[in-house]
Amino acid sequence: MPARLVIEGDSAHIEGSLTFPDVRRVLAEFERALAVRTGSTLEVDLSGLTRIDSGGAALLDEVTERGRGRNVRVAYTGACDEVAEIRRIFSSGAGARVAERERAGLLQRCGVWGYHTWAGFLEFLQLTADTFYWSFAGLVSKRGGRKGAFVTQALLIGVDALPVVLTISFLVGAILALQSAAQLRQFGANIFVADLIAVSMAREMGPLMTAIILAGRSGSAIASEIATMTVTEEIDALKTMGINPVRYIVVPKFYAISLCMPLLSILATLVGILGGLIVAFLYLDLTPAVYTREAIEILTAKDIVTGLVKSVAFAGLICTIGAHYGFRVQGGAEGVGRTTTASVVAAIFAVVVADCFFSLIFYF
Amino acid sequence: MDKPHPIAEVQSLSAGFGGRSVLEDINLDIHEGEILVVLGKSGCGKSTLLKHMVGLLKPSAGSVRLFGIDIFAADEPEMVEVLKKVGVLFQYGALLNSLYVHENVAIPLEQHTDVPPSVIRRLVEAKLGLVRLTGTGHLLPSELSGGMRKRAALARALALDPDILFADEPSAGLDPMTTAHQDDLLLELREDLGMTMVVVTHELASIHRIADRIAFLEDKKILFLGTVSDAKGCGVEIVEEFFRMGTFA
Repeated sequence: MPARLVIEGDSAHIEGSLTFPDVRRVLAEFERALAVRTGSTLEVDLSGLTRIDSGGAALLDEVTERGRGRNVRVAYTGACDEVAEIRRIFSSGAGARVAERERAGLLQRCGVWGYHTWAGFLEFLQLTADTFYWSFAGLVSKRGGRKGAFVTQALLIGVDALPVVLTISFLVGAILALQSAAQLRQFGANIFVADLIAVSMAREMGPLMTAIILAGRSGSAIASEIATMTVTEEIDALKTMGINPVRYIVVPKFYAISLCMPLLSILATLVGILGGLIVAFLYLDLTPAVYTREAIEILTAKDIVTGLVKSVAFAGLICTIGAHYGFRVQGGAEGVGRTTTASVVAAIFAVVVADCFFSLIFYF
Repeated sequence: MDKPHPIAEVQSLSAGFGGRSVLEDINLDIHEGEILVVLGKSGCGKSTLLKHMVGLLKPSAGSVRLFGIDIFAADEPEMVEVLKKVGVLFQYGALLNSLYVHENVAIPLEQHTDVPPSVIRRLVEAKLGLVRLTGTGHLLPSELSGGMRKRAALARALALDPDILFADEPSAGLDPMTTAHQDDLLLELREDLGMTMVVVTHELASIHRIADRIAFLEDKKILFLGTVSDAKGCGVEIVEEFFRMGTFA
């Protein structure tokens, strides 16, 4: 039988079974009774209760608390042993409230953010230095490394990324050609489409698009792998075995990405130029031979070298940023997801900033 | 005297993964108010059996009935009603890492009852108090130790005063005093709420304290089913050895 609350003057009694489904209704009835009883006592007879659960026990505690707030003393009497025992087990105590997490003030939060950002930056520099050190040391001695890791990573980062890099580069080349063709055709300058595509792909779009794709694909994989290893204490296990995690985990990825990125970048540039060639052939009546000759003539060694230098620098940034976020992870599975997202955003941001920096150095 | 009605029934249950058989023809009745402890070597299928009993895994043959309902034939609303009366404590706690401890414990209360928030807060603190975690509600699971996470998960499993509790290694990672307290709590819940429990554990001391019956799994089958005192002289070598040696790894 559901709980029934009967209130007569300064006393009340509850009958039946006081369980979760009754809590809201009975609490509302008590609330109405308490509202008209300031400064008095409400004696509640529990002898009619046949059953109670933790919901009912919490309700009785809540009524006591709310009564106290209205200066009404609520006293429970007549509970059978069973009901009294369950009330004892599930008692939340007077004024029980889940402890609140202390909320810092704005100034304190700014300070904490600034401190963490600075500490993170220093850690990033340290990791970068460690990665470079162990990368050069690894060329001299194989000690501390993992056999076959470089090949595995090169396949993962380079070969597996090839289809997506080539498809996107081809489309980027075609899009650039289509956009520029519409303008150049008006001036009879069709031939300059080849110049524009060749220069922009070699200097800019080839390395940049490859870097952005690898930041999303390989950077996230690096961050999530290292973050998972951190939260599952695999990194600690390596340290206690006397193995440097940077040497063991990061360096093979660094070698792989540093080798694969320029190669992918060259292929991306060639495929982008090919995308432009097809548009030029179909819409601008340029023959492939003329387009190719023009593209080759306009490209200088400097264009190719700057593209390659940039792609190696982007590779280093993507790898170290991914590893940095992986090592800094906090929390469990939730933290891994958060840090992976943050690493991709940071890597793409860093690549674009670095690209801007290189453009200033090489061309101004 | 008549035996209490079985609250959970496992009938001719067989299960496996990718063609590899893990359990074969398991039959088990769990009676209202009893504590059944499932034992066996690591990897013998204890957790698999538990997951089949709560409907997380589907058997290759056989059925599981909870409160008289075949959980693999039940539709979703029927299953939800069954699950409201079931509490599950997972081997690694399975707290939601993105939520605070008090939010984790409050999930079943918010989803399955219309209890006002003030009473939910009170209930959460009471349940955390039961498992000796008073005052930790504002922490994230990642800020708790392994043992504390396990206890917080137990508080969540107990949120709705379930009729039956399935617990996968509830004492793993706990110190002996906390284990003893947790055993006392389980006994108290059985005594006062009539809660039925199926517990997977290797802790010999716990088994002695809480088990009404044990089911010993070995080689895909239940090798022994009975009381602890019967187990010690049951004539099955591996079962007797377990109680002589202590615990399996």
